[in-house]
Amino acid sequence: MKRAGFSNRWLPILFLVPQLAIIFIFFYWPAAHAIRSSFYLQDPFGFGETFVGLKNYTAMFKSAAYLRSAWFTVIFTVIVTFLSLSIALLLAVKADKVIRGAKTYRTLLMWVYAVAPPVAGVIGLILFDQSWGPIKDFVALFGWDFRLGVDYFDTAFAMVTISVWKQLPVNFIFFLSGLQAIPKSVREAALIDNRSASGRFWDVTFPLLAPTGFFLLIINITYSLFDTFGVIDTVVKGEPGNNPMTLVYKVYVDGFRGNDLGGSSAQSVVLMILVLALTIFQFRMVERRIHYT
Amino acid sequence: MSVSKRFRWSAVLDHSILIIGSLIMILPVVMLLQMASTTDIHTMKNGPGLIFGDQLPVNFEKAMFKADGFTGANTGVRMLYNSMILGFGFAIGKIVIGMMAAYAIVYFRLRFATLAFWVIFTTLLLPLEVRILPSYEIVQRLGMLNTYQGLIIPLIASATATFFFRQFFRSIPEELVEAARIDGAGPIKFFVDILVPLSQTMIAAMFIIMFVYGWNQYLWPTMITTEEGMFTLVRGIKQITQTLEGTNLPEYGRSNLLAIIAILPPVLIVIFFQSWFVKGLTESDK
Amino acid sequence: MAQVSLNNVRKVYPNGFEAVKPASFRIEDGEFVVLVGPSGCGKSTMLRMIAGLEDISDGALTIGDRVVNDLDPADRDIAMVFQNYALYPHMTVAKNIGYGLKNRKIPADQIAAKVQDAATMLNLTDYLDRKPSQLSGGQRQRVAMGRAIVRDPSLFLFDEPLSNLDAKLRNQMRIEIKALQRRLGVTSVYVTHDQVEAMTMADRIIVMNAGRIEQIGTPAEVYHSPASTFVASFMGAPPMNLLTGRAEAGRVRVGNIMLHQHHEDRDLTVGIRPEDIIPDTHGHLEVEVTLIEELGAHRLLHGQMQGHPLTIHVGKDHPVETGHIRAAIKPNAVSLFDPTSGVRL
Repeated sequence: MKRAGFSNRWLPILFLVPQLAIIFIFFYWPAAHAIRSSFYLQDPFGFGETFVGLKNYTAMFKSAAYLRSAWFTVIFTVIVTFLSLSIALLLAVKADKVIRGAKTYRTLLMWVYAVAPPVAGVIGLILFDQSWGPIKDFVALFGWDFRLGVDYFDTAFAMVTISVWKQLPVNFIFFLSGLQAIPKSVREAALIDNRSASGRFWDVTFPLLAPTGFFLLIINITYSLFDTFGVIDTVVKGEPGNNPMTLVYKVYVDGFRGNDLGGSSAQSVVLMILVLALTIFQFRMVERRIHYT
Repeated sequence: MSVSKRFRWSAVLDHSILIIGSLIMILPVVMLLQMASTTDIHTMKNGPGLIFGDQLPVNFEKAMFKADGFTGANTGVRMLYNSMILGFGFAIGKIVIGMMAAYAIVYFRLRFATLAFWVIFTTLLLPLEVRILPSYEIVQRLGMLNTYQGLIIPLIASATATFFFRQFFRSIPEELVEAARIDGAGPIKFFVDILVPLSQTMIAAMFIIMFVYGWNQYLWPTMITTEEGMFTLVRGIKQITQTLEGTNLPEYGRSNLLAIIAILPPVLIVIFFQSWFVKGLTESDK
Repeated sequence: MAQVSLNNVRKVYPNGFEAVKPASFRIEDGEFVVLVGPSGCGKSTMLRMIAGLEDISDGALTIGDRVVNDLDPADRDIAMVFQNYALYPHMTVAKNIGYGLKNRKIPADQIAAKVQDAATMLNLTDYLDRKPSQLSGGQRQRVAMGRAIVRDPSLFLFDEPLSNLDAKLRNQMRIEIKALQRRLGVTSVYVTHDQVEAMTMADRIIVMNAGRIEQIGTPAEVYHSPASTFVASFMGAPPMNLLTGRAEAGRVRVGNIMLHQHHEDRDLTVGIRPEDIIPDTHGHLEVEVTLIEELGAHRLLHGQMQGHPLTIHVGKDHPVETGHIRAAIKPNAVSLFDPTSGVRL
């Protein structure tokens, strides 16, 4: 970086040390620890550990619970991402279009960002409550006997609904900001070239939103994988049992409650590789995006 | 862009969609409020409804001053206090450390600058959830369980703020540094007198995002705080839902009001500082 | 090809600000009309109302024989060239040019042919497969024009299309646009803040100021017979000299120098163009020259007369020096204006 700057030797090091120290102690050390633990089997009484090579990994991939969880994670991620992105896009397009009340709508649609995931989970528990949950009562009208915490599908449905609700504001904010970044004159040129509003949207607006959309895709995938912990933990009321859970939640359950440190670490490592791949993918695409404009 | 001020059906549709969307966002929390305003017996029998009761003050008192659990320490007030410390501590810690690190990387010729950059960068790759257990062990070994430091410091081990400030510093014209050097300002003076004031908006934006993030932490506080006096509001929710299960007459009023108190400060900050918040969000993730 | 008529067309914003005061004028078929004025005078708003990008608060706008107040921009049979080109960044040049046609259900082979024609006319054939980000400013401007031409509309609208180009390119494009319009014969409305563009390109000029039309006329009319002090000082560079004077007993005086005749006794503003003042040892104007601007082909002498700043335009062969000189005014070169309203007397 050929930039103007200062030439002190020790000051920058001093300034960097706090950040680096914290990172080493609370990031690299645990990460290394997790990787190491994944190759060991812990003695249940805590007396020691045996090196088992890749056994934890093979056991994991063969375990029905793991595969079920992996499968759920994939579907959960796909559905939550798709729903929260498309609904947020619709809302953003409309919010950008209206003139009266635009600011109010924006505030009303974005504040849920600040709601903590467990609180979203509590709301879910109420909405789907066995005795009087409004949504439970509503779907009962159609003959659906909703059983939260008992039926796998129903519980998954509740988790998806709440997660989408919680994620809408972020997507909304980014889409709206992306829409506002499209030069006004380009949209006016489209007004002159094309009388159909939906034509203008698909031909001009949507392609220009694609970089934002792509970026959001990655964010949403990350969200579905990791930030839904609070929602899931609350909805299962702390009793995972046979409930749907994401891979991240399973890491917690197996490690912290099941005391299977080795297996849990192996799961962590697999997730680490996944996230690594995702982030590399994202940065590659971002590089391409810069050539776009 | 308006094309005509005439009445248009498309405008009606647009507003309808937006109103429905807004209602979907608001109603769940209104529902919580309604449940906190009725007696627990009423709620247990009927669930949420449309009519507001008059129990809000009563439930508020319970929420703030009553504690469950064994030590009686996790009153609403105490949890609020802990949440504040977590929120502020985390935000301030992140900003200070992040700014300093970004400053070092951008404005100095460090031989290992690129290495430091990548070291910091990789922390973006692994969210806390993935390294939760070993992190717990280390914190335990350092004797930081059930402490504020244990709550706050490990969360700072990610690069978001550093990146954000690095990006911002790089966008500041280089001539400023050169002018400062000619004026005789050393690196610390430059940082304190020029850079920090210039970064005010960015700091505000970061503060809001980080405060909300810290305040809303759930997994980490759940793991490392077992003493009830150290519970934050959000962590306390777990306790609340568990008591909802256990007792004959769950305290719906108190628990729902606590949930609302748990979300109130971040929500208010995000609403009142909307422009800074949006700025921080959209510029920090790129 | 069409005429455009505005009948008391007015623009008021919800906060009460009147951007365009009721305006009425007619543009003939095939005419090139330039709306010129300083920033904020309402010229762009006027253009955008014609385009349909702004609502018309009052009055009627007619294109051809239709009243188009309530028509969508895409239905008015117009094409527009924007100041910053407004090209679709994600489409190639060919797609950009052809997009308007595609939406009017013209068969693909015809579109291709028309795009090719427009590209040839504008020297863009080598760039048809490029994206706007790969083009220079001038090339982008041509693509914007190609997009407008290919539609063969009744009306061309230009919103300060040359403002973002460097001076040399601007001069070149001015000529190209004018030639193109002549060739195609399409009625055109062109907005600019540059009075040189207005003078060189327009069949007729509409000078605007603070939402009001100050004058409509040919370039010659606007230059030689400005309808107000605003038009007098806005059009022409350097601007017309404006001096306070007084008419008494038939004589118009500035200070104690008589310049002109006027039948009414009153205060007034006297306007004289710099090139209409000729240094003349026998002239009755006494000017103290303090600064000389050397422009190569001609020179500007800046000085004072009777306490007023005065600029004199002389040719390159004329000897110049600062100091006291005498000058005369060409006959019929004096304009008189009301000192308060600025209106021509």
